Amino acid sequence: MCLAIPGKVLSAEDLGFARTGRVDFGGTVRQVRLDFVPEAAVGDYVLVHVGFAISKIDEEEARRTYEALAEIGVLQEELPPEEDPADAAR
Amino acid sequence: MKFIDEYRNADIARALLAEIARTVRKPWVLMEICGGQTHTIMRYGLDELLPPNIELVHGPGCPVCVTPLETIDKALELAARPEVILVSYGDMLRVPGSATDLLTVKARGGDVRVVYSPTEALKIARQNPERKVVFLAVGFETTAPANAMAVWQAKQENIGNFSVLVSHVLVPPAIRALMTSPECRVNGFIAPGHVCTVMGYSEYESLVRDFRVPIVVGGFEPVDILEAVLMLVRQLEGGEARADNQYVRSVNYRGNLAAQKTIQEVFEIADQKWRGIGVIPASGLRVRDEYGDYDASRIFGLASISVDEPAECISAQVLQGLKKPTDCPVFGMRCTPQNPLGAPMVSSEGACAAYYNYRRHGKQSPEKQLPVVSSQLSVKSEKS
Ligand code: SF4
Repeated sequence: MCLAIPGKVLSAEDLGFARTGRVDFGGTVRQVRLDFVPEAAVGDYVLVHVGFAISKIDEEEARRTYEALAEIGVLQEELPPEEDPADAAR
Repeated sequence: MKFIDEYRNADIARALLAEIARTVRKPWVLMEICGGQTHTIMRYGLDELLPPNIELVHGPGCPVCVTPLETIDKALELAARPEVILVSYGDMLRVPGSATDLLTVKARGGDVRVVYSPTEALKIARQNPERKVVFLAVGFETTAPANAMAVWQAKQENIGNFSVLVSHVLVPPAIRALMTSPECRVNGFIAPGHVCTVMGYSEYESLVRDFRVPIVVGGFEPVDILEAVLMLVRQLEGGEARADNQYVRSVNYRGNLAAQKTIQEVFEIADQKWRGIGVIPASGLRVRDEYGDYDASRIFGLASISVDEPAECISAQVLQGLKKPTDCPVFGMRCTPQNPLGAPMVSSEGACAAYYNYRRHGKQSPEKQLPVVSSQLSVKSEKS
């Protein structure tokens, strides 16, 4: 019910009382309301819930978080093997 | 979008689990609010992968599950009228009312239609001017802007045969109610990422202050949930309590102001009954007087009725994190997703259905359940 899925904005137009656009969800293109993301432009990723985009996904933030997380993984490999991550994860 | 795959990365998940195991000293009870997060936790078996001193309990965050029986009964009454087209999100069709459900009314000839978006309900109203189109508008803050927009637009376009039967619930007052309960065991909350996408997380500051409980906004992928758990455990072990944000790629502190403005234009805050839990003060939304012509409970003069839940359903305790679905005596026996007794068994985001769908055949080995969408770190290649 609170699912929101990311898609890429292919087009955007203002219809007066509604802002709408075509959004590509991994190959499937749908018409989506863009009223709540006035800043989203063609090429941006938006998070869509019940036909309305509710945020522009910050790709830079997504990448930064991911890299910070990846670093824990990299760090992990360099630690002495006494604390085996597989054991800790069990 | 390739980052979504990466947030399912098994290597990162393992590293996070190890980091959590290294950090945690004392036992902690953490609650995820949102049913979508419960679903991810069950699907990937994250609760079993976490160290045993971290217990995850599941909150009331499934709008389908907490929509009061009275609202379902009103929808059923309207759906049975020949002049009405009742329009709903698909999840609501099998939610049991006191006597039947919408699917059964539909099978008996009631005009019940499923839509993905409230704008489709508006379209049905435009196409059927001789009928009365009632949209069953349920949801958390995530869904409120879309539902509000449909009402606003109906007024702009002067669509006279469209109305909404509203059951909207708000997360922060629910956390307050949970924390105020003497039975509450929760030490930290994962706040729902999509609710906070709309509302931001400034609202959580007063909860953090009043109850000294850390709250971290979390996303919906396995790595998101594990990172939120780590952020909570770090705060708890350090004796801190802050409102923090794991889901930075979508959520900022103030939220989506344009969406909030639309909610405020159409709705106002009101006391709200939560199925199984009861009335929580100022925890819901109702249609403002200015939009009263679009409020189904007003225009159809639906009396406020009060009905009791089936006695054997323990969903109240489940939704407050006091009991697990498997503690319910009829779980998986007389209550299944095919034949739900209570609402948490209906929606795939309900805690009972999530337990049923992913635990049915006993425990699987955690290794098998780890997310494996992309088993290699792709960050290195991306940097080059
Ligand atoms: S298993 Fe069924 S009856 Fe038991 S609490 Fe869950 S929904 Fe209610």
